[in-house]
Formats: sequence, C-alpha cells, structure tokens
Amino acid sequence: MEQKTLHRQEQSEGGQDQAVTILAIESSCDETAAAVVRNGREVLSNVISSQIELHKLYGGVVPEIASRKHIEKINPVIEEALCRSELRLEDIDAIAVTYGPGLVGALLVGVAEAKAIAFASKKPLIGVHHIEGHIAANFIEHRELEPPFLCLVVSGGHTHLVLVRDYGVFDILGRTRDDAAGEAFDKVARAIGLGYPGGPKIEQIARNGNPQAVLLPRAKVNGHPHDFSFSGLKSAVLNYINSEKMKGREICREDLAASFQQAVADVLTHHLLDAAETVSVSKLAIAGGVASNQMIRGQIERACEEHGYQFYFPSPIYCTDNAAMIGAAAYYDYQRGVRSDWTLNAVPSLKLGER
Amino acid sequence: MRLLAIDSSGLVASVAIVEQDEERGRAVVLAEYMTNFKKTHSQTLLPMIQEMTDLMDLDLASLDAVAVAKGPGSFTGLRIGSATAKGLCLALDRPIIPVPTVDALAFQMYGMSGLICPLMDARRSQVYTGLYRYANGRFTVVEEQMAVAASAIVEKINAYGELVCFLGDGVEPNRSVLEENCTVPWEEAPPFASRQRAGALGCLALEYARQGKCEHASVYAPEYLRLSQAERERMERETTQSAGDSGEK
Repeated sequence: MEQKTLHRQEQSEGGQDQAVTILAIESSCDETAAAVVRNGREVLSNVISSQIELHKLYGGVVPEIASRKHIEKINPVIEEALCRSELRLEDIDAIAVTYGPGLVGALLVGVAEAKAIAFASKKPLIGVHHIEGHIAANFIEHRELEPPFLCLVVSGGHTHLVLVRDYGVFDILGRTRDDAAGEAFDKVARAIGLGYPGGPKIEQIARNGNPQAVLLPRAKVNGHPHDFSFSGLKSAVLNYINSEKMKGREICREDLAASFQQAVADVLTHHLLDAAETVSVSKLAIAGGVASNQMIRGQIERACEEHGYQFYFPSPIYCTDNAAMIGAAAYYDYQRGVRSDWTLNAVPSLKLGER
Repeated sequence: MRLLAIDSSGLVASVAIVEQDEERGRAVVLAEYMTNFKKTHSQTLLPMIQEMTDLMDLDLASLDAVAVAKGPGSFTGLRIGSATAKGLCLALDRPIIPVPTVDALAFQMYGMSGLICPLMDARRSQVYTGLYRYANGRFTVVEEQMAVAASAIVEKINAYGELVCFLGDGVEPNRSVLEENCTVPWEEAPPFASRQRAGALGCLALEYARQGKCEHASVYAPEYLRLSQAERERMERETTQSAGDSGEK
C-alpha cells in the first residue's frame, strides 16, 4: 500500500497524491445502479435500484420492461449517488459506464446517459466491461489484493474462470459451454416451484435438506478441463423430478435443492483449485451474484484454507450487479489512459479483454 | 430562450439548436443536423450534437432546456434520445421539454390548409398517427397521437371530409390502404418535410415551453403508446383467466 502511494506521487506532476474520483453507472440487466468511487478502492456511495419485484411476475428478466425501468430510474439513482458521496458533478474526474456484456436495450440507457453527462460536463468517458467490474469488486474490501490472482466469476449470466495477470490484463482459462451457474439455479428453482430469482430461494430451502440425498452429475468438458457445463446437471434434476412423479412419489424439495447446490459447489471448487494448480498463483477470488451464496463460498473458502491459498470474496452488496465495481475497474482503466469516445455503443456480447 | 432539440424516435436521427428571437417574437433555427440511414443512434446521436455545437462554438451552458421526442416511436430509439436528454439536463441542471413525436412531425407542414396526418410505421399492422391543422395560423391538435390500424385513421379522416396531407415513414407501407379507403382528396408531403426534423420539434417545443410544459429531467420518461410484449401477453392471460373464472361462477 505504501509503495503504491509513493508510485502515484511520483507520477503526478505537482508531487501531490492526486485522488481520482469516478462516477460509475451500471444498467446491464435488471439493476439501475450508480456509485462514486475514489482511487478504485474507496466507495463514497453505492446506489442500486433493483427491479426484481417487477420481473418476478414473469419468472425472469423481461428485457423491454427492464429498459423502460432503467430510463425512469437512472437520473434519480445518479443524483442519489452524488448526494450520498457529498460531492458535486464538478468534483468528479471521469464518468464510467458498463457497455457490455448484457441486455442491449438495458445497456443502451446507461451508455447514452453516461455519454451525455460526460459530454456536458467535459469529463473523460470510460466504457467498462461488466465482468471486469465483477472481478474488481474484490478490490473494494481487500485493499491489499493486487494481481496476479485467479478469479471465478459466477452469476446469472456468466461463469468464467479468469486469470487476472495485471490490472486490465486477463486470460480466460475456462467458461461455461451452456448455462451459467446462476441460470441453472433459476431453472431448477422454477422446476421445483420456488420462482424467481432462484439463487437465494434454493440456498434458503437447501439449509433444511440433505446434500447427499439425490445423486447428481458433476460434469466435465472433454479436453477442456477448465470449462464448465451446467445444462446436464439441470437436466438431471428435471429427469429426477419426472421419474419420481412417474413412480408416484413426492419429491423432497429441500433434499433436491441441497443436492443440486452441492453439485454446483463441488464443480466450482474443483475447477478453481485445479486451475490454481495449473497456473500456480497463490491468491484466489470469486465474484458475481452466485458468489454471495454462503454455502458455495464457505466450501471454496475451506478448500482454499486446506490447500494454502489466500481467498478473497466481496460482500453480497458487491456481488450483485452494482456500479461501485464498475468504478473500481474504471480507475485502473483510467490510470492506463483508457478513454472512450462519443461513438461508444452497447456491445451485448462483449468479450473479456476486448475493446 | 435557446433549446437543443433531439429526435431519435425512428430511422432518422436529428438534432437542432433553436432560439426564440425575443425582439421579433419568432423562432429561429440556428443549426440542424439530420441523418436518415441505418446506423444505430447510439453511435450517431452524441457525435452529431458534438459536431454541431463545436461548429457553432456553442457553450452548452447557454442552453435553457433540452427538447426531446417523447414518443411514440422505436422503443430503443426513444430511450437513446431520452437518456441523452436526461444526461445532458442532469449535468447542465436544465429542464426537459417533452414533445409528442407525431405532433412534431405534423408541425413541419406549416400553413397547410386541410388536415395533416403523420403516419409512423408502428409494425404489427399499426401506425402511430394523429390529426392536426393550422387554424387561423395556429397549430391545433385535432386528434391526439395514437397507435391504430392505418384503416382506422383513414376512416376518421373520411368523416372530416377535408383535404388531407400524409407524411412519415408509414405512408409507403400503407399506400394501398390509403389508395383503397381514402375517400377525400389527399396529398403527400415533400421528402424534406416527411421525416422527423429536430428543427421543427424545437420550434414546437418553444411554444410548449411558453405553455409551461417542461419537466424535471429526473421524472421525465418516454411515452410508448404501447405496452411491452410480455405485459400485453400477461394481461391477455389474466383476461382469459378471469373470463374463465366468471364463467365457472
């Protein structure tokens, strides 16, 4: 930490430690979020307006409804973030925004808004990759954490195993071939009548279930040891439900939920530790919505302890989609001179490490 | 009063700076920039604003408000324009003047005698339309903007029994409907006045501003005149269900 401060002092012309304060905006899915972050690690405000209640009616996120809500909420959310940070727009050094991956209509609201704010206030604009944001969420509460480290990003839309070589330098070691881990949670939750969003609901009822009750597969992808596949697991759950029904037996939802969650936890833990051995890093991290699952986090944490790895994870508020993580990632982009121009567009299938 | 006007409700992206010349008591279009080709508004709109204001050496702080097409139109297009307007107004601390898209289209046919009927292609065999006229030189809304089948608006027009002028990107796809059903004499607007023009939208916004039709940027949201597909289907399901329920009783 001291070394880093010294480094920054050398960089700045006046010899003074100049703080960089970023206003960040995130609207890639169903949360409208804004945050003010200083030097990538200090969160001055973090405002999230969730639309979950609205989408529950439809059993999942409806893109057009999400986009309509974003345009209603975006100004109040940004104003609240500025207000809570006790700063004014004049005090902000740059505007950051998630420009992909995500729902295109949802992303476009944040992108157009951020561009207009940056343009009108004559500030630099930084387009940020959503997954880079999730990874950077770990910097917020672990000020000592620096690359290189290995990060498992698991959410409703993503399952990535990423080697963070340096700030903004990523190697994707593995990714899901089909469903994201969080998506499997949602689908299984729907199948056993728990509704949306599936993650928290499965975790809750799994507490009263036996994780060994139902035998479920731990899938591997042939020839790609770091890749994931969750659709087989989801199908196995659906098949189990059907076959029990055929036999006229009542299924125990708690046991099934616990067994499913255990299978996901085993796959994630195994993949993370296996990859860590391959690339020989000492620090492991997780990020994304599924990282707030206490059972999964706990299992990975114990495995890391056993094998002598340092383990990092964000608080739930920084696991869910939020703008503080975008502000954290944007700071390192800012320091590297990354700037977006006024043609910045939403890129729904943006790849990690691409610009 | 000086405005930036934005319309990205359709294929056209258009921005303009308009001003009320207080001495002469009339509006002036200081700059206007429109493009009508397939490139996403997300990439064109702000660069257009930047080019236009740079060329004019215009300080954005000299703007009193931002006028924007509030809908109907392409859902995404409306939101790009609206988010741009909201972002500018958040940074500049200025109000938004929301202008009904169809009103602004009609406003271009200044001085036209008879009815003015913009037709925007709304897909799903509908048009976004409305009826307008210049009565004694004053722009008047005869039928507020709506989403209906082209034949439905033609029926209304026939009932008025007057000359009508059509404009907009909904004319071409519905030409056969007009030719077959329109019993009154009709004409088409020239190509330079048949699409969204931010200059016209801005001039109409000056009038709306005088009538106090301004909104704070944080509460403004576009009006789509149409539910999302998911909402529509859910309501249909619920209607069928409740019809079934009452049938049982």
